[in-house]
Amino acid sequence: MSEMIDANEIRRKYLRDGMLPTIFCNGCGHGNAIDYTFWAIEELGINMDDVALASGIGCSSRIPGYINADGLHTTHGRALAFATGIKAANPDMHVIVFTGDGDCTGIGGNHFIHAARRNIDMTVILLNNFIYGMTGGQLAPTAPKGSIATTAPYGNIEQPFNISELATALGAAYVARWPIFYPYQPIKSIKEGIQTPGFALIELMSPCPTAYGRRNKLGEIDQLWAWYEQNTILIEDYEKTMRYGTEEEKAAVKEKFLIGIFQKAEKPGFFEAYDRMVKKLMANDDAKWGGGGAE
Amino acid sequence: MKYQRDPVRIRKVLGDKVQFIQGDMAVAYGGLVAGVSFFGGYPITPASEVAEGMARLLPRVGGTFIQMEDEIGSIAAVIGAAWGGVKAMTATSGPGFSLMMENYGYAIMTETPCVIANVQRTGPSTGQPTLGAQGDMMQVRWGSHGDMEAIALAPSTVQECLDMTIEAINLSERYRHPVCVMTDGEIGHLREKLVIPDEDEIELVERRTPKLPPGEFLPFAPSQIDGSKVPDFAAFGTGYHTYVTGLTHNEKGFPRTDKQPDHERLVMRIIEKITDDRKRFVNIEEVMMDDAEVAFVTYGASARPARSAVMDARKAGIKAGMLRLKTVWPFPRDEIMAVSKKVERIIVPEMNLGQIYHPIREYTDQACEVVMAPKIGGEMHLPHELAEYLGVRT
Amino acid sequence: MKREIRIAGFGGQGVILAGFIVGKAACVFGPYNAVQSQSYGPEARGGAARSEVIISDEPIGYPRPTGVDLFVAIAQEAFDTYKGDVRPDTVVIVDPDLVPKHDLGRPVFEVRVQKIAEDLGNKIVTNIAMVGAMTGIYDLFDEDAMRKAVLDSVPKRFAELNVNAFKKGYEAGKDALSR
Repeated sequence: MSEMIDANEIRRKYLRDGMLPTIFCNGCGHGNAIDYTFWAIEELGINMDDVALASGIGCSSRIPGYINADGLHTTHGRALAFATGIKAANPDMHVIVFTGDGDCTGIGGNHFIHAARRNIDMTVILLNNFIYGMTGGQLAPTAPKGSIATTAPYGNIEQPFNISELATALGAAYVARWPIFYPYQPIKSIKEGIQTPGFALIELMSPCPTAYGRRNKLGEIDQLWAWYEQNTILIEDYEKTMRYGTEEEKAAVKEKFLIGIFQKAEKPGFFEAYDRMVKKLMANDDAKWGGGGAE
Repeated sequence: MKYQRDPVRIRKVLGDKVQFIQGDMAVAYGGLVAGVSFFGGYPITPASEVAEGMARLLPRVGGTFIQMEDEIGSIAAVIGAAWGGVKAMTATSGPGFSLMMENYGYAIMTETPCVIANVQRTGPSTGQPTLGAQGDMMQVRWGSHGDMEAIALAPSTVQECLDMTIEAINLSERYRHPVCVMTDGEIGHLREKLVIPDEDEIELVERRTPKLPPGEFLPFAPSQIDGSKVPDFAAFGTGYHTYVTGLTHNEKGFPRTDKQPDHERLVMRIIEKITDDRKRFVNIEEVMMDDAEVAFVTYGASARPARSAVMDARKAGIKAGMLRLKTVWPFPRDEIMAVSKKVERIIVPEMNLGQIYHPIREYTDQACEVVMAPKIGGEMHLPHELAEYLGVRT
Repeated sequence: MKREIRIAGFGGQGVILAGFIVGKAACVFGPYNAVQSQSYGPEARGGAARSEVIISDEPIGYPRPTGVDLFVAIAQEAFDTYKGDVRPDTVVIVDPDLVPKHDLGRPVFEVRVQKIAEDLGNKIVTNIAMVGAMTGIYDLFDEDAMRKAVLDSVPKRFAELNVNAFKKGYEAGKDALSR
């Protein structure tokens, strides 16, 4: 970790020249996610030549364009599959995916499930804003019940996706969820995610005042902040309430979003396991052939 | 550790130089010989043997095989690996090829070298999974949205499955384009003699890397080495911080999506880098064409009964010949035009309802009669069926 | 010269392997061109199955057989299913224990290949014994090339069993030919 570095220096160091301004609206949380990632990378002392970014389609997927590193801005929903290939070819690179709730769990749900299940070595920073923002506010699979979207004009009647709990159930090595308003926890989680062998998911609840807020009486940024305050609870507090709380208190926290670290497991990532298999197979062949295959 | 191609190890893993194997396995062998180190695939009849071969062989040479969750993921991972700097391929059949179409277009737009082997069957939909057909000859050309050129090769033998997979990898590296090996269920499952080439019998092409430092290097401009329309390739991890997007982009790779000239300039360069160079790599085979008055123009499995029919016709005193399209796209239009001026009639046997017949009609421009000879349903034409088109009475 | 060979049996009896060996002997260990194809579908899972090989001294165009010069059967159902286009001059070889009803109104070579395999202690090599019998009877096949192809195609730990089955089958084939 470097001595002292201020925010301007950080931005000069890590932003890609010629790509600003961003496409993000006032009050959008995505810029914070970029900032937190810079701080995490700075604190870890990672060389940007060793970072590969991937993304799909949507507002959050524009992020690799703004970061001065190799970046693959791909097709809708497929970033994790692309990232799998990047990591396979370059096992020593840090592969970081920026994606959104619609990109990753709507159209890309199947890739998400399998990348998490395989424990593919990558860090997925998922910006969940409950909406398809770039295309103007269509219903996302994460949209809270009753929320309004252009394609759910009478209110969402579907059960929303709980992304972090899904990733946890799939055995992802690292899973955390934080509202984007708190800087320290997301930065710490991004750092831990990058350092974790295997699949790391950092779900950041990022407000979309334009496409989600306006339709759901949360168009002002302070309203959104207040909403996040009222509708999230730390995992530890939730568990305490569920264990020791009154029925009333339990009912009050039941519908809230859990925030915190859902899972932190020490297990080999896919490519570590694969590499082990390769070494064993090649050693077997070498023994069989009596000497190396290589010249 | 990054993959290092080790020809000695590859040859040892492949085994005997002369083998009696299936076309699908020959595709896998071709990939290995050409230096492919990443294969992402999903099981599908009649292409699964390619993935099975890769699953067995690739780890033993230090490469990576992953069975992805579907064909969309397979081609995506292949493109990711290509940007990671390695040679990568996948294999599939009709339904999977349909699923790949969006990312196939992405590979074209981002100029990503990679190979798709399509062991074709028929449709629509699930169709006849276990039987061969030529169902995707047009999909490979026009299946993705927008304007593009395709490079597609069509093997007729097991040996060509290997040879053309190597060639496809080379073409993909040279032109930075996804190249398709359009084999089919018939050739894919056929066993035939295969001779694995020695190291000195093959030539491998590698994508060209930047000569200019980061900052001066333009990742999506004509080559800064010699002005060729194929940009030089800065793989991820080499310090160039390349931004790659499927959006219309400028020479730096930055999105430029709202101006007509930006889009036209980019798309035309991507098309012309291939069409300008077609003479260099478009490949055909002529069989008994010197004095031919009637000729088959065909490709892939269909060329096999066509060859038999030509021999039968010659025995009957009919001056028949065959032009076999080893390269189907870019379309060998000059070669076909030349034939149309020489013969009275062109007959086009295909295992579909005339996918290549129509472009042949376009390029012969009524210089001779062009007859469609389709057969669908999962069977090749019988030689005598085709001989009848040549005027042989049975 | 072009010969079309059909080997028919139950799925699981190893007729695909037998065809594979015949093709490999012809083009890898012999001077010919060869192609081998097989029938897929439900019949590959226990019903009548067939493996077809074309051997030629010229390049092989159409890769599927258009007739049958040599018809070999090791299961009654397969014999019945695939005998339809057998010509008067087609060479026919059966195991009479496995194909008891094989009357075609003309001579058929009978070799008890399953018994050979059983006497060697493993019915699994019935197909290889039949490859031996075919080699003894059909003059196109070269014994040395065929033995090499057998050895090259079976698991190393069963090499001896397979070579013995081939040898016994070959001798029995020669016997049948001289009878």
